[in-house]
Amino acid sequence: MANPLASFTNVHKRFGDFVAVENMNLEIERGEFLAIMGSSGCGKTTTLRMLAGLDAPTSGDIHIGGVRMNDVKPHERDTPMVWQSLALFPFLSARENVEFGMKMRGVDAPTRRRRATEWLDRMEIGEFAERDISTLSGGQRQRVALARSLVMEPEMLLLDEPLSALDANLVIRMQAVLTQLQRELGITFVYVTHSQSEAFAMADRVVIMSQGRIDQIGTPKDIYRAPANRFVAEFVGRNNILSGVVDRHDAGAVQVRTASGVFSVPPVSADAGAELAFAVSADLVTLSVSEPDAPNRVRCTLLSEEFIGSVVTVFCESADGQEFKLQLQERELNQHDLKSGSHVWLSWRTEDAHVLDGS
Amino acid sequence: MNRVRVSNWVFAAYVLAVFSFVFAPILFSLVFSFNSQRFPTIPLGDFSTEWYAKIFADPDVWEAALNSLIVSASAAVLATFLGFCTAYSDYRYNFRFKGLYLALILLPPTIPLIIMALAMLAWLSKLGLSGQLWSIIIAHSVLTAPFAMAVIRLRLNQMDPDLESAAWNLGGSEWQTMRHVILPFCRPAIVSALCLAAAVSFDEFAVAWFVSGLNKTVPVIILEIVQGNIDPQVNAIGTFVFLVSITLIVLAQVFFISRRVKDPR
Repeated sequence: MANPLASFTNVHKRFGDFVAVENMNLEIERGEFLAIMGSSGCGKTTTLRMLAGLDAPTSGDIHIGGVRMNDVKPHERDTPMVWQSLALFPFLSARENVEFGMKMRGVDAPTRRRRATEWLDRMEIGEFAERDISTLSGGQRQRVALARSLVMEPEMLLLDEPLSALDANLVIRMQAVLTQLQRELGITFVYVTHSQSEAFAMADRVVIMSQGRIDQIGTPKDIYRAPANRFVAEFVGRNNILSGVVDRHDAGAVQVRTASGVFSVPPVSADAGAELAFAVSADLVTLSVSEPDAPNRVRCTLLSEEFIGSVVTVFCESADGQEFKLQLQERELNQHDLKSGSHVWLSWRTEDAHVLDGS
Repeated sequence: MNRVRVSNWVFAAYVLAVFSFVFAPILFSLVFSFNSQRFPTIPLGDFSTEWYAKIFADPDVWEAALNSLIVSASAAVLATFLGFCTAYSDYRYNFRFKGLYLALILLPPTIPLIIMALAMLAWLSKLGLSGQLWSIIIAHSVLTAPFAMAVIRLRLNQMDPDLESAAWNLGGSEWQTMRHVILPFCRPAIVSALCLAAAVSFDEFAVAWFVSGLNKTVPVIILEIVQGNIDPQVNAIGTFVFLVSITLIVLAQVFFISRRVKDPR
């Protein structure tokens, strides 16, 4: 990235003894949809607040557009934010909320009105322009909050879990609205969320954080198929994580001895006897009733099934108590006559086992 | 079932008793203010507005009313300003000894008025500020600021903590944010605090009597009339003072509550 829009260089942020962000290095590209994802307290919101200037880094530098921003006040920045609480001004109408930023910047009243109306129409809430915020529905408020930030025509929009208060149907709708907006406007979206589905559905790149550190940066596919470490593998998707010790190196594979058996994984530089963990994505595991002719196979007892539309997640347990998950189409599962307690065989290809770092 | 009914009756009787104790004397004062007889006795005499006519004709009463008006209005404005500043500093900042700071601000109403009055007199006369209208305004501002602060603090606690940051985030400086977000949000509480402080100041007697010198407020002139003789004029003035105070208090409640109902939060 030759000319990133924003960058974090060795940024630390502490609140007293609490380390919120530790040694962060991150570059945000122009025009990308970047999601920062992690569980609560991982430092994702602090990262966003530092971009907006609401928290100052304890050490390290933050640059936006090539300018060092550490000491720039929030109101001198061009980083409007959509808040988790929405933070709409309750004593103003929808239109006055949208006009607020322009009013602060000294834009004249006719221009303010025109631009606010444009954005309210674009967000399809033009008819509610003069309504009190308290009389609007959750989805309508969400659109007012978006219009209020986007009317400032920023290069970068910050979003702090903006959809967390909406019900599931509305979340899907707003995801579509957001991705379309981002594509049309061509501006950078930095989107903080704890929801994997939101991050993966919308983002070009995803940053996974835990305990103030970045665990992995990559496209949703990278992160899904090649989690960097055990935390990411557990946090993201439905992964089966197995750990054991390196038994021996074969041609084109490494044999790993685990409690559930010996499995082969793609070649890695690890000495025999070294501890090693690997992940196999649930959708890459194959189920069969009779013992398959596969290098990686394990006999399990079926525990339960979970339907998500046409896809089923099946939970199994091997003889030593390790839990396995696999995902398959419902009709595929119906070919076998299975019930809880049935014995099945699970297998996967060696190249689908992904070795985890730092395990 | 029966037990519930009994306890309801007891509770109702209790509330009735409390209200009677509070309002019966005021009610009697109101009734006797329209009584033609000089002494407050039953049976009542004829209906009469004589005493009202008399106080409206008395220039001393008019002057006292004007003084009271000036004092309570000025004290209310000063106290609300002070109250807002302290409430906001409490909302916005965290600092060492904050508990002490808040306790200090809430102290005045807990000091016996007579002690407060003496202290004020001693202090103001040292500064050469006693015996003027200003003296009462200063003393009453101190006395009523805690009420104003309490009301405004309550309102600030209802504010979404992100609201102020959101205003900065949209390009508002600290002062712009104060003017366009904090003050509008607190407006119902500010109006309420103004009414409350004015009401407390309007019928405050002890402090006013000590520091006023020749500038009498309404409660002070009531005492002077009563000291001289029994004069039903005081009933008329008392009714008037009561009406002003209760109006201010009701306004304070209306402003504070109506907004809270309207807010989504």
